[in-house]
Amino acid sequence: MNPMNYIYLSAALFSIGAFGVLFRRNAIVVFMCVELMLNAANLAFVTFARINGTLDGQVVAFFVMVVAAAEVVIGLAIIMSIFATRRSASIDEANLLRS
Amino acid sequence: METITAASGTTSLTWLLIALPLAGALILLGTGRVTNKWGHLLGVATIAGSFGVAVALWLNLLSKPSEDRAVRQFLFTWLDLGRFKVDVALQLDQLSMAFVLLITGVGLLIHIYAVGYMKGDDGRRRFFGYLNLFVAAMLLLVLADSYALLYIGWEGVGLASYLLIGYYQTRDTAGPAAKKAFVVNRVGDIGMSVAIMLMFAAFGTVTFQGVFEAAPGASSAMVTGIGLMLLLAACGKSAQFPLQSWLLDAMEGPTPVSALIHAATMVTAGVYLIARSNPIFDLAPTAQMAVIIVGLITLLAGGIIASAKDDIKKALAGSTMSAIGYMMLAVGLGPTGYVFAIAFLLAHGFFKAGLFLGAGSVMHGMNDQVNMRRFGGLRSVMAITTATFGLGYLAIIGIPPLAGYFTKDLIIESAMARNPIIGGLAVIGAGLTAFYMSRIFFMTFIGKKRWTEDVHPHESPWSMTVPMLVLAIGSVASGYLLMRDNTLEKWLEPVTGFVEPEGSLAPAVVTGISLAAVAVGIVAAILLYLRRDVPQVAPEKVSFLVLAARKDLFGDAFNEAVFMRPGQWLTRSLVWVDNKVIDGAVNGVAASLGGLSARARRIQTGYTRSYSLVMLSGALLVLVLLAIVGR
Repeated sequence: MNPMNYIYLSAALFSIGAFGVLFRRNAIVVFMCVELMLNAANLAFVTFARINGTLDGQVVAFFVMVVAAAEVVIGLAIIMSIFATRRSASIDEANLLRS
Repeated sequence: METITAASGTTSLTWLLIALPLAGALILLGTGRVTNKWGHLLGVATIAGSFGVAVALWLNLLSKPSEDRAVRQFLFTWLDLGRFKVDVALQLDQLSMAFVLLITGVGLLIHIYAVGYMKGDDGRRRFFGYLNLFVAAMLLLVLADSYALLYIGWEGVGLASYLLIGYYQTRDTAGPAAKKAFVVNRVGDIGMSVAIMLMFAAFGTVTFQGVFEAAPGASSAMVTGIGLMLLLAACGKSAQFPLQSWLLDAMEGPTPVSALIHAATMVTAGVYLIARSNPIFDLAPTAQMAVIIVGLITLLAGGIIASAKDDIKKALAGSTMSAIGYMMLAVGLGPTGYVFAIAFLLAHGFFKAGLFLGAGSVMHGMNDQVNMRRFGGLRSVMAITTATFGLGYLAIIGIPPLAGYFTKDLIIESAMARNPIIGGLAVIGAGLTAFYMSRIFFMTFIGKKRWTEDVHPHESPWSMTVPMLVLAIGSVASGYLLMRDNTLEKWLEPVTGFVEPEGSLAPAVVTGISLAAVAVGIVAAILLYLRRDVPQVAPEKVSFLVLAARKDLFGDAFNEAVFMRPGQWLTRSLVWVDNKVIDGAVNGVAASLGGLSARARRIQTGYTRSYSLVMLSGALLVLVLLAIVGR
């Protein structure tokens, strides 16, 4: 099987994730899209490792997983507390940083 | 050069001379109303104490051989910067002793007089505090052993005179007069500080002893430069041409202040400075010549101004200018003149203080009027004042055997020995002195009564008349006592040196000439002010000379046109540059940054996705760039 197909899949997954981050309102969904983008990147890394016959990409994929796990913990905690205070998980309403 | 020994025994009390009046000033100015009741008595007591110490020191010096009289009292080290070391130390020698006796003695009489004069004035305690400060600063000036310490006293005198001239804070004219005195003195002080810097650059020391020992080794240009700078300093303090303008306005202060400034302190400081620096001036004939010229111009200008003033205090102020001009002339003559300058200065201290206190006594009786055109005939009601003023008047114009005869005549003699032109101008000055002093005396005490209707002249209380009487005795006797058997010459010779003037004219002839000039002056005054009625309002149609003299020979107009207006213009244009250019640039940068940031702030929408869009587009941009560049 042509390894480039995995790259195309990875690009498609990343684009879907990016699209979701940009256009969805619900924080949980945005969060899942971020995960999708991370995993698309992981897929690309592993594929490149396979193509080049080295382990570098595989190692980086592990690092990304660890980072993603940490990010989930913190990100979910933030979303939880925002939801607890505002009764809404919409990221457009959490715009206190504006001027 | 005489040797200077360390102070011991009685002479170690020298510091008390300054400490007493200084303590008085600090107590009077620091305690506030608590001391209102007896503050003036404390002020008198400190000066009396100082005078007592001065007399004790004088007797002590008299008991020593004349070469060993100079003593130095080390107090503490002020600055120690490697090569540059300044000690706070006092030097008491024959010259400073003469000044100390004059300052404390005449100062004491003026203090006593001021008790009566300032009675009923709300600020009497403050006034005495300032007077004490004045005396303390002047004593520091004459007792310092280095130019650096002298400079402190110099500035202290300037400060005290500023405070005292501006004493009547409620009068509109007092403030500007005080400011003028201060500013004009600052101009002279530049000379003083530059002279000190030159000394340090050339000799590495600023003590009198060190400078005078090193001076013969310096280049003549350097010595002349130092001499001219010292002259500039002396011109400021002693109100000599071209820095004379503050003295006439200084009459805004209470009369005891005028007496103190004119007789015992302040204006004599310049003469002291030059007499003290005699080793420098002896090496710099050019600077000496400049001193002579300044003295001659001032003595004539002062006489002309005094001849036209109707304000009794301003006329006397012009007379002081003229008298100090004589002293400057004498110190410019070198070793033939120093002793005579100091002699005239001491005698002048007596009769000028007496004249000013007399003027104050007249004002006291005449509701503080000063216009001599509204005086006249006061001898009928103020016998003591008339007598003391009259003796001072005869003394200052040089009638034998009063003080002025013995002292001023010698200055004219040695000027004549130097150069007949210098001597001739000095003789003219003597004639002028006789004229304006006669004019003042006639207009005030003799002639018809021209009083305003609401005045009731009366003699002053004893606290005012006693000092006047003492000063009158001094005016009569001081000249003879100083000059008898060359007393003062022998006394001062170790410090200033003395050379008998040798001229082509015999002393008797010179005396005859100057007495003739005095007689002409008196006769002219009799013709103009006794034989004719004095108009009650100053005549408008007068010659140009009189007009010029009334305006202080256009000194103020000149200063205003040449220094003040361009200075004002300069400061205004600098303010404009500051406001428009410098502030404009700073404010402009701030404003444009503010405007820019207000626009940049719009980018921050607060929406998470717009941020992520930016991130994404940034990442894409980087990728595209890499793709292009990497190819």
